[in-house]
Amino acid sequence: MNQQDFDPIGWAVVDDKARGVFRVHRRAFVDQNIFELERNRIFNRCWIYAAHVSEVAEPGQFISRDVAGRALIVNRDRDGRLHVFFNTCTHRGALVCRESRGKARNFSCPYHGWTFADDGRLVHQPIPASYSPECNRDGELNLREVPRFDEFCGFIFVNYDAEAIALADYLADAGDYLRMASQHGAGGAGMEIVNGTQTYCARANWKLLQENSADGYHADTTHATYMDYIRAREGAVLNLYSDKGFGRVRNLGRGHSVSESIWGTPWGRPCARAMPSWGDDIKAEMEAVFEAMSARIGRERADFICHGDRNLLIFPNLVVNDVCALTVRTFYPKAPDYFEVNAWALAPRGESQRLRDLRLRNYLEFLGPGGFATPDDQEMLELCQKGYQAHAGVEWNDISRGMLSEDGEAPAKQDELQMRTFWRRWRDLLAGQPV
Amino acid sequence: MSVRTVTRPEVEDFLFHEADLLDNWRLEEWALLFTDDGEYLIPPTDTPDGDPRRDLFLVYDDRHRLGERVRRLGKKTAHAEFPHSRTRHLVTNVRISQDAEGVQATCNFVVYRSKNGVNDVYPGHSVYRLLPQEGGGFRIRSKRATLDVDTLRPQGKVSIIL
Repeated sequence: MNQQDFDPIGWAVVDDKARGVFRVHRRAFVDQNIFELERNRIFNRCWIYAAHVSEVAEPGQFISRDVAGRALIVNRDRDGRLHVFFNTCTHRGALVCRESRGKARNFSCPYHGWTFADDGRLVHQPIPASYSPECNRDGELNLREVPRFDEFCGFIFVNYDAEAIALADYLADAGDYLRMASQHGAGGAGMEIVNGTQTYCARANWKLLQENSADGYHADTTHATYMDYIRAREGAVLNLYSDKGFGRVRNLGRGHSVSESIWGTPWGRPCARAMPSWGDDIKAEMEAVFEAMSARIGRERADFICHGDRNLLIFPNLVVNDVCALTVRTFYPKAPDYFEVNAWALAPRGESQRLRDLRLRNYLEFLGPGGFATPDDQEMLELCQKGYQAHAGVEWNDISRGMLSEDGEAPAKQDELQMRTFWRRWRDLLAGQPV
Repeated sequence: MSVRTVTRPEVEDFLFHEADLLDNWRLEEWALLFTDDGEYLIPPTDTPDGDPRRDLFLVYDDRHRLGERVRRLGKKTAHAEFPHSRTRHLVTNVRISQDAEGVQATCNFVVYRSKNGVNDVYPGHSVYRLLPQEGGGFRIRSKRATLDVDTLRPQGKVSIIL
């Protein structure tokens, strides 16, 4: 197979249900043409996570960040309305917002001084007399809003396709899991992004991180040292949870999936599953959180949220892992072999200082570029990417695990249904099917 | 508590010794430099002045976790550091101040890390709270290593000790 013949639509994914064989061609991780197709047919058409409402809670508050290859401003204007603008002056293009967060009543371009109000209106051009009144009669020189944006349970998404389907439809059954991630905490006061962003990267293809983020099969090997750490700290608790546990993967539609369990993992959860080493006071406080959540949203749902773990994958690039902490992680490729990650801790607003401290400690025991686990994940992704240099000699990744039982009642967490769910969607969108 | 008066060269010698332990992967000895309530912190790159109890850090180790970090890095299954990367810690611009509680030392650092054909650079500055020992030397009560980078790119991770 030579470069010209490569047709990602026709054969990058082998999906043979009868034989129970699922394969992905390794060219999908290294090919520049695929990278560009992904940008046009996935990132420019899907709903992409941009920010959380807590980051722009107050009138005047703004954040600026890159989202799927565009510099954006997300802000709340002085009247409390949410906006998402392209961060580029309509005059000659410079970024009009150079700070990553803050409060502003207007955004002034540093190049020639064009100034935009917090609702996007162009309110000032230096030496205005030289401009024709026609110049901005229909508002075309106002700061430009992204074609679509919407909020779902506090999660703000953008879409660069004006014709996109509604966000709630796009999220399909993943919507209820995002709702769960918004229902933590005793008070019902909503959620907030904790200050402090983990901005990192990996020298690997972005799809490897989506595969990795809910991979139930790699934990014992990739994260052996993390398991050692928990065992050293907590003693027998590892088996305690495993014996009670069950785990499954669900296809949530439109490429989204979740890997979930109740009492199925060896770590503690800041909402609200205490570990022995945390002590009786914390345990009592967590039980009170559980009771308050039960009163608010029902016992069964509170049990599922507090005592379970969920690795939620929203196609194409949002991961909400509700595990040893609640993390929001999004990533975007800059090249076939390099992607950038932004990750945050999401937490109940009004959480006690003691629980917040514990949440942050617990987050960092596993998660993030200085944690006991994430660096090893990154290493695995980079080792895979290195291995793909030989894609002409060894062509296929095997993602067949559990395939013969994937339509059954509860595909196991260690199976790879979540990856097949992703790849089937990827294949369909790259082939030009509608989102 | 009465504390003997210390000099900057004495603190520099200690910091150079620490850097040497790290570059030679003598991490168990490095951990022993810390007091029983010692801590090791790396703030997030966008909140360098943050508080680990309120803000999401990169590293927020109490003494127990710091010891476990070192044990982890000694294992073949600490994949990000197997085989161990080569590192070189440069420590400069040392300043000290002293009060009844002990010694505060600040320094600038650059750490070079090389692994898998990739060379990464970690520039930053550290603040130490040091407890002078009877008869010389120090124990570390707190080490806060702040990375002077906008984002952790292209380094991607802090799998080594800064």
